[in-house]
Amino acid sequence: MRTSKAVLIADLRSSPPKSSYEFSHRCADSLDAGDHLITLFGRHEKSNRHWGTIVTAVFQTTAGELKVFRGQAEDGKHYPSLTHTYPVAQIFERELWEQTGLQPDGHPWLKPVRFEGERQQRMTDYPFFKVRGREVHEVGVGPIHAGVIEPGHFRFMCLGEKVHHLEIQLGYQHRGVEALLLRRPPMALASIVESICGDSSVAYAWGYCAAVEALSNSPVSLETDLLRGIALEMERIAMHVATLNGLATDVAFLQGGGTYGRLRTAIINATQRVCGNRFGRGWLRPGRARELSEVLRQDLIQTLTAFARDFTEINELMLASLSVKARFQGTGIVSTKTAQELGLVGVVARASGVEIDTRVQLPGRVYERFPAELITESSGDCWARMKQRMREADASVQWLLKVLGDTALDLSGSAAPDALGKPLAPETLCLSLIEGTRGPVVQVLETSSQGQLLHYKVQDPSLPNWFGLAMALRDNDISDFPICNKSFDLSYCGNDL
Amino acid sequence: MNIGLALIHWAIVLSMPILLVGLVNRTKSWWVGRKGPRLFQSAYDLWRLLGKRPVVSTTASPLFRAGAYVVLICGLLAASMIPLLGQFAPLQFSHDFVVVAYTLGLARIILMISAMDVGSSFEGMGAAREASFATFAEPALFLLIGTASAATGMTSFADLIGHLHNTPHYAIIVAPLTIALLILLQAEAARIPVDDPMTHLELTMIHEVMILDHSGPELAAMQYAAALKMTLYAGLIAALINPFNPLADPVGGVLVSLALMLTVAVVVGCIESLSARLPMRWVPAYLLIASVAALGSMLVIGLGANGV
Repeated sequence: MRTSKAVLIADLRSSPPKSSYEFSHRCADSLDAGDHLITLFGRHEKSNRHWGTIVTAVFQTTAGELKVFRGQAEDGKHYPSLTHTYPVAQIFERELWEQTGLQPDGHPWLKPVRFEGERQQRMTDYPFFKVRGREVHEVGVGPIHAGVIEPGHFRFMCLGEKVHHLEIQLGYQHRGVEALLLRRPPMALASIVESICGDSSVAYAWGYCAAVEALSNSPVSLETDLLRGIALEMERIAMHVATLNGLATDVAFLQGGGTYGRLRTAIINATQRVCGNRFGRGWLRPGRARELSEVLRQDLIQTLTAFARDFTEINELMLASLSVKARFQGTGIVSTKTAQELGLVGVVARASGVEIDTRVQLPGRVYERFPAELITESSGDCWARMKQRMREADASVQWLLKVLGDTALDLSGSAAPDALGKPLAPETLCLSLIEGTRGPVVQVLETSSQGQLLHYKVQDPSLPNWFGLAMALRDNDISDFPICNKSFDLSYCGNDL
Repeated sequence: MNIGLALIHWAIVLSMPILLVGLVNRTKSWWVGRKGPRLFQSAYDLWRLLGKRPVVSTTASPLFRAGAYVVLICGLLAASMIPLLGQFAPLQFSHDFVVVAYTLGLARIILMISAMDVGSSFEGMGAAREASFATFAEPALFLLIGTASAATGMTSFADLIGHLHNTPHYAIIVAPLTIALLILLQAEAARIPVDDPMTHLELTMIHEVMILDHSGPELAAMQYAAALKMTLYAGLIAALINPFNPLADPVGGVLVSLALMLTVAVVVGCIESLSARLPMRWVPAYLLIASVAALGSMLVIGLGANGV
């Protein structure tokens, strides 16, 4: 059950699930050893005419390997909460409780994640924390916001302008994605997967393609994978620039606001010229990827070269502006320790100095051939998150120019193997990890003994990171919430599924 | 009283709020290479709002709707006493500057009360911010008037601004007083770096959040009143700098005043284009610069009078 690539295949026949007691202990041991908990989730299963829950946990060891633990428990069972000792488990145990009814005893924060299932109509019952006192006040924002912002409710408990605590209630966009993915043939899910989280279409599509290709044992060529890498890095640039645009607008830094918007358009328009969609939809499909003709290759090189010039200039302008510095430096700090304790991932974790990047730790053949640079910042404030995004977008441009400039590669469309129609391996668990703009997009597919899809688990990097935003805001000014929120730039629909 | 000048004064008071806002927006557009809205765009916006049926919160009392018009009338009343053209104001009497300050103060109180009237946590927050920042802005205005008053020995607003040009220390105090007025303009008219009139983020707003629940004609009244405040401060800056006496040389006085007011709008636009908004906790310190500048001028006058 080990691999050094970002796709893990586990044959479930060789290792039946352990008892819940043993499972908990193995998880605790792994966490004690400093392993990173990538995901923990459960699904209902009927065995011997009793409903039960199969729980799967995936860890990444300090050496970078992936390992899977599986346990089972009967319905409604109580178990000692891991969160009590290991805060990283908090969101996973909440989700597990919400989706399967397993009760984590002693969980300090057992609140619904997205109000799915029978809780769907009871969103007004959210158990908010209360602050009491004559001079405290609460400010509720949302779920409907000004502008084009996804729905989410934020409740600030304040003393004057200072925020003591922020509660974030999500779930307004729950669409039943995981159930929907089981209703169609496993090879025909690309269009659904691409729209789980519209600004990470490519990351999701790649993870899905890699998983079904691994499950049906139909590997694609290196060129196809490289084309996917190109799509992913284009997406990363576009979305980081979109966030930078938001950051500039939120502090009323006019030049940034004007320029980043224009630059993002250049990138997403180039994406459209390749695949017909500005958000990269249709670029990736199981078994193939939209190829780059020589004309398109030159087009991308030109677009990126022109982009890089202006991007550097506006970044320098923004970093040199004293008023921008005044707003971002020291605002919304997440220390390295907090980031590790909460299990934050992706760009947010790296901005707090956590060295975590799937592209570096589990490179796969794309990033083995063309390595990605591990970029981190140390201060963990809004400034660090802004700089992190600038540097990552910059690194992606350099990476793309290297790949596109490699004349030894033929990206113009070699015949790809046809994965469609091949059966999925039975009783197999497949996990794929793709480092999208926000962080690792986790998708876990499990097949039945007949080779049918039994479970499709989707996990957006925003899921663990939302709690980081709540922590970042403590003892900050309420007027600084928008820039904290934008510097995290988390996905609402990715959380809500 | 000079009827012609009074008419010109009122024409400026009524039209400049539209033009100044347009010019600020055009300046900002120019900096980022955009075409920008028409110069008189805000007139169209106000006209559109006037045609709309207001939607009023069920928790609001009649004061909420009346508040907008009180704010507008207070603004216009103050405008009749503020010398936009130099040594002239249509309404002029001894110690009228006290009336000006408190008419604007009344507008502020009514604005805050009508904001809190709808019972929204946002608007209460905005009112609290307005109240605390006003505490830092008002001393600056009084110190400024006090300086001019001490320098000239005059008692009406128009006279003390107009005669300031002939006092011995004018050359020293004109710059700090202009800076003080510019900061006051930014604070009172809700401009960057104090406030951001373009933002959609309720949690960061000061002025805009107080009028979130206003709609239709009441919103038009509030927006016009805010632009009027900018006009008043831009006019005061113009009067402070304008070397022509409108009573002696009406053409030169009016034209230079107009040009100076438009320049102020361009300067405001340039500041907004080149700097981001300040952190909210820095705003009091920024407003104190205005008080310090005015206080410094007052010291110059005081020391100068004692022959130091």
